[in-house]
Amino acid sequence: MAQQAGAGRRYVRAFVSGFFVAVPVTVTVLDRFAYVARVEGASMQPSLNPEGNVTGSDVVLLNRWSVRNYQVRRGDIVSVLSPKNPQQKIIKRVIALEGDFIKTLGYKNRYLKVPDGHFWIEGDHHGHSLDSNSFGPALRTPWRARCSVKCCVWCSHGVSCQVSLGLVHGRASHIIWPPNRWQRIEPSIPPERMPLLNWHADATEDEEKD
Amino acid sequence: MFRRVLGKTLGFLGYTVQYGCIAHCAFEYIGEFVACSGPSMEPTITSHDVVFSERLSRHLCRIEKGDIVIAKSPFDPHMNICKRVIGLEGDKICTSGPSDVFKTHQYVPKGHVWLEGDNLRNSTDSRSYGPVPYALIRGRVCLKLWPPHNFGALNQSPTGRIVKRSD
Repeated sequence: MAQQAGAGRRYVRAFVSGFFVAVPVTVTVLDRFAYVARVEGASMQPSLNPEGNVTGSDVVLLNRWSVRNYQVRRGDIVSVLSPKNPQQKIIKRVIALEGDFIKTLGYKNRYLKVPDGHFWIEGDHHGHSLDSNSFGPALRTPWRARCSVKCCVWCSHGVSCQVSLGLVHGRASHIIWPPNRWQRIEPSIPPERMPLLNWHADATEDEEKD
Repeated sequence: MFRRVLGKTLGFLGYTVQYGCIAHCAFEYIGEFVACSGPSMEPTITSHDVVFSERLSRHLCRIEKGDIVIAKSPFDPHMNICKRVIGLEGDKICTSGPSDVFKTHQYVPKGHVWLEGDNLRNSTDSRSYGPVPYALIRGRVCLKLWPPHNFGALNQSPTGRIVKRSD
């Protein structure tokens, strides 16, 4: 009888100590190193969700360690905390960094210079019906009404806008589901969306463009 | 002998990782200590004060008008700013100065807040860079810890700029 009580207590103690190890470690890994998320929506086609939600959404691995110093590159696919809804994340491609002059598609200003500490994101699918092209400036799109906020499900409806670097959440490095779409995501910008000019252009950047 | 040293080292590393993760969770989800610098929140918070900012309100979206918040600067994500929330999304903010003849107004967009320092004459805040996305807020300042003679909760806004609730 006493042995059973002792065994029970030992079990509880082992469970509690295991719990206090597993939960903080898991939370720290998800916050600092890597995050897994399912992509919803069609505005990143054909890179992500090429068949829409018919055959199942893509699941991507987000690298949070590489953006710990807010360093993103042009062409990266990044997840960003939405400036319009702090509990939602949007997943888009980085088109331009601070100081770049870009030509926008359907934004209120035709040409603009990305301010300091901000970067410009766009979805790959410019012809999507809920893109800012058809509804006017990005700030007034009604797409948010259709996004359901669920745990680990991310909305990628058409939004092109400048966001503050502090909102960057992670960089999508790999597609890990479905298995026939396993691949590493490479940074690339469509040639017609390249920035026109960089205000802070120095010698190294000129060499990269060549 | 070697195996004992290895075992002890691994045990030490394990404890370091575990306590490091617990510390991360505490600073990320409970609260952190912040040393403020700059004159933009005088007289409520002066330079070199140490305050405690709690993170729960931000994660539960319970930041309210009149709260002092720590947020990432919209123009430099490595810097933090400490300001008071004057208006939430949908509020109408008067953006013209007190001496202007024509009053201009601006509505705070969805998902943003309007931040202003208590020292209006010496503060760069939303009046110059516009509304700040809510997601940039890190935490709400709830307690002043240093200097000891000023220990305790923080005062209400001395500026009277907080937007009244419009019913």
